[in-house]
Amino acid sequence: MAQGTQVKKRGEGTEGPQFKANMSARYGLDRVFSVVVTLAALVGIVVLAVLLVDVTRDGSSMLSANFLTSFPSQIFPENGGIYPALVGSLWLLGLTFLISVPLGLGAAVYLEEYAEDTRINRLIEINISNLAGVPSIIYGLLGLGIFVQLLAPITGGGSVLSGALTLSLLILPVIIVATREALRAIPRAIREGGYALGATKWEVIRSHLLPMALPGALTGMILALSRAIGEAAPLLVVGVALYQTYATSGPLDGYMALPTQIYDWISRPQQIFQDSAAAGIVVVMVVLLVANSVAILLRNRFQRSS
Amino acid sequence: MAVETQGARSREGDWHRNSRARQARERIIKFLLTACAYVSIFTTIGIVVVLFEETLRFFLDVSIVEFLTTTRWAPQQGDFGVLPLVYGTLMATFIAIAVALPVGLLTAIYLSEYAPKRLRRWLKPALEILAGVPTVVYGYFALTFITPFFRDSVLPGIGSFNALAAGLIMGVMIIPTVASVSEDAIYAVPRSLREGAYALGATKRETATKIVVPAALSGIVAAVILGISRAIGETMIVTIAMGSQPNFGGSPTESMQAMTAYIVQVVGGETPRGSITFESIFAVGSALFLMTLALNLASYWFVRRFREIY
Repeated sequence: MAQGTQVKKRGEGTEGPQFKANMSARYGLDRVFSVVVTLAALVGIVVLAVLLVDVTRDGSSMLSANFLTSFPSQIFPENGGIYPALVGSLWLLGLTFLISVPLGLGAAVYLEEYAEDTRINRLIEINISNLAGVPSIIYGLLGLGIFVQLLAPITGGGSVLSGALTLSLLILPVIIVATREALRAIPRAIREGGYALGATKWEVIRSHLLPMALPGALTGMILALSRAIGEAAPLLVVGVALYQTYATSGPLDGYMALPTQIYDWISRPQQIFQDSAAAGIVVVMVVLLVANSVAILLRNRFQRSS
Repeated sequence: MAVETQGARSREGDWHRNSRARQARERIIKFLLTACAYVSIFTTIGIVVVLFEETLRFFLDVSIVEFLTTTRWAPQQGDFGVLPLVYGTLMATFIAIAVALPVGLLTAIYLSEYAPKRLRRWLKPALEILAGVPTVVYGYFALTFITPFFRDSVLPGIGSFNALAAGLIMGVMIIPTVASVSEDAIYAVPRSLREGAYALGATKRETATKIVVPAALSGIVAAVILGISRAIGETMIVTIAMGSQPNFGGSPTESMQAMTAYIVQVVGGETPRGSITFESIFAVGSALFLMTLALNLASYWFVRRFREIY
């Protein structure tokens, strides 16, 4: 009680020149505050833990090897699985990797090593940081207008290629930013040493800068690609299949994907579909946690060595 | 590998022989790299052209005044007042920020001022995992865990779909965004300011809350704006857990539809392309794009500001 009133007084006194040495109350508040900030930092982790336990519990009844190798089924949902969605997501992952990594590396190298401080280059920079904040569903509308409709003769309309192109544009800013940071961390002396030996700009980049930037860039790529695996909204817009009777076998085929399969199951009222959704979530989360751990280990090693 | 071949070449002493070929190769490579960088410009142009072309077509049929000012959204009946969708989006966003602002800011203070260095090294990536959880997963969690939890405890009347659960979980999703951008700003506050405060007899908490946080304020504002922008653009959580019923003026415990959720609803249905309803998703998308663009630019401006001071 006594402490409470003292605190109040202290608050009033901030405008005045009064000096307050009331140390015990202030240190008491300090202890409270340090507990509060610690708890706040744990909120996210706790929610993540509860979430993981919850989905594992819900999904355990459906999880089996059969779940990974079966097609989803309306008639016998308890025997259904995620096989075509898994295959579709792997196709998306592979194609997105092939499209976004060269583009992202190229753009980052250009901006970091070649670009002079001109108006157009500044515009590109602002543009990239803005693109990183564009909602994913807007990329879906872009993909629908460009890849699915305009370029239909090339992409085959709502094909897995259109999906991968859309996801590539979505994650490009993340890859560019991570690669640029990695390039920026390389000391200037490395570049100058290369030039002094008569290497051209590209020779220095290829033989020294890219290998040195790789761990940092790789971390960004893994995080970006794991974001791509988890995206559902843009795929729904560019025509992912919520059910198909075959597994994707070429870039122009139709496709299913894990997050949209999960969404489809969630939106059905029967409990068995909810459990299927939970089991699908467990699969996705395992993949993502592994990918994230690899990225974190890579980065921690990289930071220690530099 | 590359290094080896270069070494071999210089031993032969022919480093100058192909200089014209090398220059040509340098030019081609520079051209290709420049093209990669321009992809981002074309992406933006593509977004603007696709969105506004279809939006213009939509506004040939529906007046822009009706779109922006009326409060009934029922495409089947030809009512296109976007405000109920905006209301749904802002309601979820408001709840999300109410969670993410205090938690994210306190987390940032903990990370930069309190956390032991080793712990910090692992806590930051753990928070990144939180940001990397697919949003369908959060949606599932809000729908099957948070909402039943409220129904069984404090809010028995809560709907199966509601803004509260969706907003709270969305708040958890953007904690890492708010925390990491704020922490960058807090971290950038010079040590001398903290030491000055200690020298004047301030405690650690007083230094953190009265010196460091105010000094980092523009960065923190940027973080919150970025969080708002994320929340406005978030799709799957609100689609799964908040429902598909446009609801202007509803309470947080009711079902309502967000702008993004409406787009998902239309593309997932049987709406024929070229119909007014289909075009309306581009109008809603344009509104969404402009809202997030304004917020992102504002955030960018604030971030630059705090970088300039120190």
